[in-house]
Amino acid sequence: MANINRIFLFLILGSIAVFASGALEGEITKQALNVPAIVMFVIFVGATLGITYWAAKRTKSAKDFYTAGGGITGFQNGMAIAGDYMSAASFLGISGLVYMKGYDGLIYSIGFLVGWPIILFMIAEPLRNLGKYTFADVASYRLRQTPIRILAAFGSIATVILYLIAQMVGSGQLIMLLFGLQYEVAVVLVGVLMILYVTFGGMLATTWVQIIKAFLLLAGATFMAVAVMAHYDFSFGSLFAHATELKGIEIMSPGGLVSDPISAISLAIALMFGVAGLPHILMRFFTVSDAKEARKSVFYATGFIGYFYILTFIIGFGAIVMVLGNPQYLDVAKQAIDGGQPLLGGSNMAAVHLSHAVGGDFFLGFISAVAFATILAVVSGLTLAGASAISHDLYASVIKKGNVDSMKEMRVSKIATVVLGIVAIIMGIMFEKQNIAFVVGLAFAIAASANFPILFLSMYWRKLTTRGALIGGSLGLATAVILVILGPTVWVDLLKNEVAIFPYKYPALFSVIVAFVGIWFFSITDKSQSAKDEEAAFEAQFVRAQTGIGADGAVDH
Amino acid sequence: MHKDLVEKIKNDPNYKELVSKRSSFSLKLTIAMLVVYFAFILTIAFDPSLLGTPLAAGSVTTIGIPVGMAVILFAFVITGVYTKRANSEFDDLTKKIKDAVKEH
Repeated sequence: MANINRIFLFLILGSIAVFASGALEGEITKQALNVPAIVMFVIFVGATLGITYWAAKRTKSAKDFYTAGGGITGFQNGMAIAGDYMSAASFLGISGLVYMKGYDGLIYSIGFLVGWPIILFMIAEPLRNLGKYTFADVASYRLRQTPIRILAAFGSIATVILYLIAQMVGSGQLIMLLFGLQYEVAVVLVGVLMILYVTFGGMLATTWVQIIKAFLLLAGATFMAVAVMAHYDFSFGSLFAHATELKGIEIMSPGGLVSDPISAISLAIALMFGVAGLPHILMRFFTVSDAKEARKSVFYATGFIGYFYILTFIIGFGAIVMVLGNPQYLDVAKQAIDGGQPLLGGSNMAAVHLSHAVGGDFFLGFISAVAFATILAVVSGLTLAGASAISHDLYASVIKKGNVDSMKEMRVSKIATVVLGIVAIIMGIMFEKQNIAFVVGLAFAIAASANFPILFLSMYWRKLTTRGALIGGSLGLATAVILVILGPTVWVDLLKNEVAIFPYKYPALFSVIVAFVGIWFFSITDKSQSAKDEEAAFEAQFVRAQTGIGADGAVDH
Repeated sequence: MHKDLVEKIKNDPNYKELVSKRSSFSLKLTIAMLVVYFAFILTIAFDPSLLGTPLAAGSVTTIGIPVGMAVILFAFVITGVYTKRANSEFDDLTKKIKDAVKEH
């Protein structure tokens, strides 16, 4: 223990040193150093490292590491799920989209929300009742462990790494802009802090970092929305009237976001089923004690997320009336070349500029610090999910066939965390200048086309066999990847071809169908003895999924 | 789980009631959510101007604003409806099933 403490202290000092050196270099770059933001961020990091220290002392077994001992309440978990979902990309991206396109931003955010009720009605309870640490526990419950675990772990790790790339690149750019730090310094700082939280504090620290950040983000966004509405005597009519005077009446109607029915349905499926296949989200359901708390988690999470999207909508309109046309926030150099009224740092900075407009330097510092904290919390959750797939699914279940003690498994998990953290830092630096717009779409497509169909059918379809899950899931995965490559985001935007071979941006409609049909076909044609055994094992699994009898009692008494 | 136990639970009338009630309830709510969302998104795909209709003559606020807010609210309320019933009625049934198993 003493040894761990010493390493811990060393790493804290190390990360502060990295921060300090970055801050010094920041003065050389053209972005001004944001002092209130840095002070508030240092307070946040100090507090979360304190929590990590506290959590480290309580993280003694693999169960503590993966699921915080299963003692998180529904309310806390709901807040943490909302935190996982309210990434910097969705806070800045959606308010920026509302700022640019008005109503389209609302359409986009609604798509992200509607998956949650479905998760509650279909997935949450059986997942809690059947699984232990990862969703592969459920998928492989009555199927052959080795192949299903490998496929599920591959789906998890692919989703996690893609998501991590998007978060790391976003964080580097954002922090460069907000704090005046160098890109590489920002990426390394995020990576080091994330490794600290996860390796020492496990799920307990990750959850509390997420809860604190979710609270700060909701509080900050509420303040901004109220400040905007107060200007208009809390009348949406006058806010909209003023905004349309500045930006035109078309911001009040649907624009070009969903232009044709196929894209609309495909996007909807990617978002709905994608959420239900994100490993870091699914893993959250194992942190609560039982199905009752799992349900409450989704209820609170849906409330927080819905409320957050209403806030971002108001914030986007607030930016139109308070930021647009204000010379303080205008990128004059860019305007001279391109014309128009470009924002400093691009339209994703609309919410950040608005925070300055309503609350001055101090509140700008607060929102910047919260945005940074958001990135830290989200990458921590992602890394923990990826590390669990490596240690629990690949190492403990596939390589060691379940014969491994909990301490050994936890050690592998920590090593995996460090490796993933380093991979994330390297990827973040490698992809700095790349167009990564396709990355999150690809992550959702894989989650929706490989992870979700296997998980869903394993819970509800008696005749699912290992062969069906393996071939169908792989086909879904391959279809998703190939169609993203042949589609407009990679084939045209990235590879600079003239016309996309696959015309739609979102492949989910096609790849999800391929996955379901593939799983169905290769299951019903499987006449082997093991297929019969797997079908026979469904009854016991279903009874446990429905009642929780035999499930891991999460709280130790 | 042991085979005998599975058989015993399966024949418990409380279990049958739980499974049939919960399955039909969650299926209905899932369909409700899908209908609401797809009605919204397909309206936009097929006829974007519909949601752009002003709420009242001379108002800039369009029908799309309350409709969009209503979809968000619906998603929240429907999770509340399910959670409330599941955490009382369904959990009571589950408890009965568990108690019946414990007696033996």
